[in-house]
Amino acid sequence: MPELILTKDLDVPDYHRLAGYRSRGGYGALKKALDEMTPATVGAEVKKASLRGRGGAGFPAGTKWGFIPAQTEKPKYLCVNADEGEPGTFKDKVIMERAPHMLIEGIILSCWAVGIHHAYIYIRGEFVKARKILQAAVDECYAEGILGPKVMGKEFCLDVTVHAGAGAYICGEETGLIESLEGKPGKPRIKPPFPALVGLFGCSTVVNNVETLAFVPHIIERGADWFLKIGSERNPGTRLFGVSGCVVKPGVFELPMGTTLREIIYTHAGGLPEGRTLKGVIPGGVSAPILTPDEIDTKADFDSLAAKKSMAGSGGLIVIDDSVCMVRLLARIARFFAHESCGQCTPCREGTDWAFKVVSRIERGEGQPGDVDKLASIATSFAGITICVLADAAAGPILSFVQKYREEFDLHVTEKRCPLENKAPSRPGP
Amino acid sequence: MSGESNEIRFSQKAKDRLAWYLTRYPTRQAALLPALRLAQEEFGHLTHPVMDYVAGQLELPPVTVYEAATFYTMYHKKPVGEHCVYVCTNVTCFLKGADQLLEYLSGKLGIRPGQATADGKITLFSVECLGNCDKAPTVQIDDDYHDCVTTESADRLLEKLR
Ligand SMILES: Cc1cc2nc3c(=O)[nH]c(=O)nc-3n(C[C@H](O)[C@H](O)[C@H](O)COP(=O)(O)O)c2cc1C
Ligand code: SF4
Ligand code: FES
Repeated sequence: MPELILTKDLDVPDYHRLAGYRSRGGYGALKKALDEMTPATVGAEVKKASLRGRGGAGFPAGTKWGFIPAQTEKPKYLCVNADEGEPGTFKDKVIMERAPHMLIEGIILSCWAVGIHHAYIYIRGEFVKARKILQAAVDECYAEGILGPKVMGKEFCLDVTVHAGAGAYICGEETGLIESLEGKPGKPRIKPPFPALVGLFGCSTVVNNVETLAFVPHIIERGADWFLKIGSERNPGTRLFGVSGCVVKPGVFELPMGTTLREIIYTHAGGLPEGRTLKGVIPGGVSAPILTPDEIDTKADFDSLAAKKSMAGSGGLIVIDDSVCMVRLLARIARFFAHESCGQCTPCREGTDWAFKVVSRIERGEGQPGDVDKLASIATSFAGITICVLADAAAGPILSFVQKYREEFDLHVTEKRCPLENKAPSRPGP
Repeated sequence: MSGESNEIRFSQKAKDRLAWYLTRYPTRQAALLPALRLAQEEFGHLTHPVMDYVAGQLELPPVTVYEAATFYTMYHKKPVGEHCVYVCTNVTCFLKGADQLLEYLSGKLGIRPGQATADGKITLFSVECLGNCDKAPTVQIDDDYHDCVTTESADRLLEKLR
């Protein structure tokens, strides 16, 4: 069995409470850092570990922290991205509900390393249970002097505030998140300036994903060299892969980065239901372009999936079997992006909506000759020119679906119906 | 202002909560999302007088509050039933029959998504991914998630709301 880092102790009773977490050495890394290390050496260790962000883009956390000016007049902030809105993603919730103190320990270490005195955990509004558990863990930390004016008795003050979102996918985008935290609509900002210089309340800000931060205590406790030995080249460590869709055993699996998609699907998620064959896999949340069955020997890490013109994204694999109509599926995905576009860039606002309309009419058997090409050209036209990458995220699925399942789209247009209509779905409707 | 807006006041508990939120941020506006959530808990949905009240509490122009309230899907601008039923219809739930489940619930309750039952008990919503895809289809009822919902388990869940 590969080594587990984040999920090793999840079965320990009361692990979500301070006592349970401490019973497994919790807050040991923090103690070690405060007693034996300096903020700079903590930052250096994380940088050396090449810990890549688990929120989507895979940017190295240590490098990101390095962009924060050491000396500033103004305060600095950490925004913990707990928005978890990317469809097909459900792994940060596991950390927040079952190991909230691991996240908090990671937050404290990160803030100490960067010189931050207030961290905001931006958690999506729907996660009421996770929010309560997290808030209870934060409260325990204040009560025990782990948070507050003197973190574990040292001359370091840190506040952590749990802040709930209110339903908007775009608030997962880091500058949309910052706007939202400031009490505004979550409309992304033009970059530059990047949040490292002008972020929350106009101050230098680090934005990191929940899972990214949860790795920090482990790296500090066991060292970057240990971490670098796990995973694949330039993609160290494990990652929480969420597998959902047409598999026997959906769930969250902690595996080394660079595990192949095949192994994740067939060895860990139980493969497909009896009698079904694989038709495609979306490897990193719906924003990730789809891969076909002959591409699943690809390693599920940032660089390998980028080389396949897809992305590792949030680590959420959506598995699709032969009973699924790809046109219908794409129509559903297109509806999502059209709904979630914040509307401030015309190409994104109009383009996502138009794409949704075209794919929907193809799906209904009302497609016109040329509609499939039109769909692809619409997607090409709005990608790469907008304030944030939601538009690119919307274009990727469209272009990959049309390219890889072209015949199915064409058949919908020429035959004016779905060629799969008589195929029973792998799990009949309820 | 109509007499109605005079009646809008936070309970002491909500006032205390808001005061606490205001200690957590360097600006009053940053407490807007939590304040709107409190207002929704207190008053059911966000009418203009309610939003004006929140604006007053945070010393913000009302338009700032309207902008935020209309941007986010979890704020109800219209009256909702005593209970809210949110059916996720995003990709994984879709693969697991969420559309049929939504249709079933819609038929059973006699309402379209976005509407409330005549007795004011239940409002039905179709929503995007709830971050619970390994247990699709997911239905959220008020604050609670329900996993792998079937028509039978949905019947039982609705039964409990009656
Ligand atoms: C439309 C959109 C939605 C996003 N949603 C999330 C999200 O829900 N959670 C998350 O951690 N990152 C999300 N991201 C990525 C963030 O912008 C950002 O890269 C990330 O929080 C940085 O943290 P990391 O470096 O630790 O991964 C999203 C990005 C985009 C463009
Ligand atoms: S690309 Fe779309 S979501 Fe992003 S800022 Fe522009 S309109 Fe908003
Ligand atoms: S798709 Fe329904 S919970 Fe994610």
